[in-house]
Amino acid sequence: MKSRLAPLVAWLQAGPMMLVFTLFFLLPLAFVVVVSFWDYNEYEMIPTFTTRGYADTFEGCLANLPGLCTILKTYLETLKLCFLVWLLTLLIGFTVAYFLAFHVHSKTWQIVLSLLCTIPFWTSNVIRMIAWIPLLGRNGLVNRGLLGLGAIDAPLEWLLFSEFAVVLALVHLFTFFMVVPIFNSMIRIDRRLVEAAYDAGSTGWQTLWNVIIPLAKPGIVIGSIFVITIVMGDFITIGVMGGQQIASAGKIIEVRLNALQFPAAAANAVILLGVTFLIITALARLVDIRKEL
Amino acid sequence: MKAVKLNRRALLKSGAGIAGLAAGSGAITGFPYIMAQEPKVLRYLGTAVNEGDDISKKCLADTGIKIEYITATTDDVTKRVVTQPNSFDVLDTEYFSLKKLVPSGNVLPLNARKIKEFNNITPVFTKGELPNGKKIGNQGTAPWKVMYLDGEKSTKFATKPTDFVTLIPTVYNADTLGIRPDLIKRPITSWAELLNKEFKGKAAILNIPSIGIMDAAMVVEATGQHKYADKGNMTRAEIDLTMKIMTEAKKAGQFRAFWKDFNESVNLMASGETVIQSMWSPAVTKVRSMGVPCVFQPLKEGYRSWASGFCVSKAVSGKKLEWAYEFVNWFLSGWAGAYLNRQGYYSAVLSTAKANMAPYEWAYWMEGKPATQDIKGPDGGLLEKAGATRDGGSYDDRMGNVACWNAVMDENDYMVRKWNEFIAA
Repeated sequence: MKSRLAPLVAWLQAGPMMLVFTLFFLLPLAFVVVVSFWDYNEYEMIPTFTTRGYADTFEGCLANLPGLCTILKTYLETLKLCFLVWLLTLLIGFTVAYFLAFHVHSKTWQIVLSLLCTIPFWTSNVIRMIAWIPLLGRNGLVNRGLLGLGAIDAPLEWLLFSEFAVVLALVHLFTFFMVVPIFNSMIRIDRRLVEAAYDAGSTGWQTLWNVIIPLAKPGIVIGSIFVITIVMGDFITIGVMGGQQIASAGKIIEVRLNALQFPAAAANAVILLGVTFLIITALARLVDIRKEL
Repeated sequence: MKAVKLNRRALLKSGAGIAGLAAGSGAITGFPYIMAQEPKVLRYLGTAVNEGDDISKKCLADTGIKIEYITATTDDVTKRVVTQPNSFDVLDTEYFSLKKLVPSGNVLPLNARKIKEFNNITPVFTKGELPNGKKIGNQGTAPWKVMYLDGEKSTKFATKPTDFVTLIPTVYNADTLGIRPDLIKRPITSWAELLNKEFKGKAAILNIPSIGIMDAAMVVEATGQHKYADKGNMTRAEIDLTMKIMTEAKKAGQFRAFWKDFNESVNLMASGETVIQSMWSPAVTKVRSMGVPCVFQPLKEGYRSWASGFCVSKAVSGKKLEWAYEFVNWFLSGWAGAYLNRQGYYSAVLSTAKANMAPYEWAYWMEGKPATQDIKGPDGGLLEKAGATRDGGSYDDRMGNVACWNAVMDENDYMVRKWNEFIAA
């Protein structure tokens, strides 16, 4: 009796999640894929099969060789930003998590300091980004400070509306997404392993490299997935901090949507999803998250 | 500790009781009111230009119609009309959007016969000329090209005036470049200056492709590189040419940023990030009110103009439609027009707006004369000291020098693709 019921119970337990997942993720996603193969005019979508959305997106990719077409240039730019942000959030996030997990011994302080990491999220996205302008602008605090110190003769233009500004803002925003999963992995590390490494005569760096990093890998991968998926699809931060002059996969979709070209936007969304999926799959190969958790 | 807990419980209980009581009493007192008079509510979809709490408050006081604003950017307004026509009653949008909205069949025209002041609407809209008869530039989606429909349910623009008006005009303006005279320190007279290398890294344009490209076209014409048959409706070759010039400028670092909303444009200019950029008149006023010198510079090649007005969703009928007419008639009756004029825009019915403004205000805003006393904004704040004159001068000088109108091109799809290419370059 019990064994016959077991599968049913399992299904019931998974049911609500499955329902939500199907209704709010799989179904809309299926719609996006379907629409990406529709035609459109200035004001409506036309439900006939066409590959126009994709063909337009890859326009010039063969003709322009060896030059790069719009979509390739855009993705290269997006991947570059993504890589830089990933690298920096990983370095900073790992360091912060390491400090929290191994140097802060009181649980209360660990919680207090973790909460401090959420400060960037206390204000709205837009305000956070606008706040950079008085800081990094031509007449902003940083430039005035450097001019006052005599370190520079003319204001640095690349501080704002540049790739530097985009990376800075994204790192500021998303380091937290690295800190939490890595911290979570680190506090589960059995301290006796560290002691054993010490007793066996390993240096601090050797312990870090051979003990802590391998054991923190699930956290690193999960944090990486968070950061990469967010940055790949971002267009607001890249837009505002880049002065709307830096291409991103998300911006292509935005421009298309604003022009009411929904099928073309959908085609670009499918492409973006595909690329992001490939990256995540590659990451998941590095570590079996389910096993590690 | 226990006492605190008890208190909290008691508080929660009594709180719930009060909430229940309030709900009950609200229903009881509210009921006869609803029976007595149906509340007149209109959902008003538009950009922030015409939307003000002052306007909705005054409207409620005068007509009993409660306006619920749904505010969105120009692009999002269009998107909403096309995808969710049931989510609004009255639409406030620009004429250039009509090429997308009217064929969708999601908006209904209003009947000119039911608009009291229709015959007093400025000829700028109906004939494309100033009240003094001077013809206005007609490149782009000029209002008179898309003003009328063949019939109430028609999705075709009529070539001759009919009773079915796509948008009852409310507000319009002539846009040009805003500059920082204190940082430029020399006269600016031409659109060509936008791409002048002197302002490398200090220029900006709008981040709306269809408008940004027209500003670029003004530059291209001003520098004599090409003469467009219609800047608002370019051929593919013309789009390529314009984008090529823009791309070169972008690669050379000409542009500091592209702005999308009012506040961004104000920030860029006020902070000195830019010294020359496409701008809107009230944004210039805002920068000036912050104590930063800023001029809405008239240029010899003329202005790029825009205009907006009201229509209704296809879902509106019966009483709602009557309220919509009542609202539009109220809007044109003068108070709102004067309010908009004081912001530096122009109202569609000049005579009623004039009746609601002091003679010195009218002289400053509309006749281009020096202010005989301090000029105040709609909120009562000081805008200009006595003696100042308006940038660009009188209504006739500004609207008479319109070169083109905001537009949606026939080659819009191609242009959008080229814009993405431009951003990626």
